[in-house]
Amino acid sequence: GREIPIVHRVIKVHERQDTGEVDVLTKGDNNYGDDRLLYAHGQLWLQRHHIMGRAVGFLPYVGWVTIIMTEKPIIKYILIGALGLLVITSKD
Amino acid sequence: MHSFGYRANALITLGVTVLALMCAMASLSDNLNFPTPSAQVQVLNVNWFQKQRNGNEEVSLTLNISADLQSLFTWNTKQVFVFLAAEYETPKNSLNQVSLWDGIIPSKEHAKFLIHATNKYRFIDQGSNLQGKEFNLTLHWHVMPKTGKMFADKIVMTGYRLPEEYR
Repeated sequence: GREIPIVHRVIKVHERQDTGEVDVLTKGDNNYGDDRLLYAHGQLWLQRHHIMGRAVGFLPYVGWVTIIMTEKPIIKYILIGALGLLVITSKD
Repeated sequence: MHSFGYRANALITLGVTVLALMCAMASLSDNLNFPTPSAQVQVLNVNWFQKQRNGNEEVSLTLNISADLQSLFTWNTKQVFVFLAAEYETPKNSLNQVSLWDGIIPSKEHAKFLIHATNKYRFIDQGSNLQGKEFNLTLHWHVMPKTGKMFADKIVMTGYRLPEEYR
């Protein structure tokens, strides 16, 4: 399927003296073990280019819109259909 | 102009705007809090030391981690994630940060604690630099709000050192 971003916590960092490159290990807070099972086969560390960003805050329940539309795609079609109808039928 | 559609649209827009404003105000209220956290860590024992087949050294520690993080909690705090990291430098790596222990503090009552434990995560070096190694123990915390901006800070404790020789 499609790649999805995962928000997990960094538990190990090793930064090279010469190049400044880093090896990073992550783990989900509610998981028992680290993410090595999730990494590619044979991969032990993440590098900077694997990391998309950092969590800075929380907006509760906003993510449900995306979750519902992904799990029940029919809702996505109904929503787009309804919006389309609104555009077509509006007088302006 | 007074159809159900227009009215529903206006109402929903108003609702979402008010919710967004309330979220922003709740988050801003966290800036009025000036926390005074304290922490102390004792390395009670270096339990064992081993050299892995790939040459990486590993050490096991028993720690006493005590902290008072009660002042971090506000009405907008959902939980505080706290972790203890060992930080040190080696010839190959300018910075090594290894998390030794972490925990979730769900409420203010649980925020004053003394933990007696061996390291939850393995203290493994990228190499064989641990004998006689000086390191810092830094207690990091992330204050996760019920809504809005997340705050993170730390206390750095210096002066720890691993033994030169192991039995």
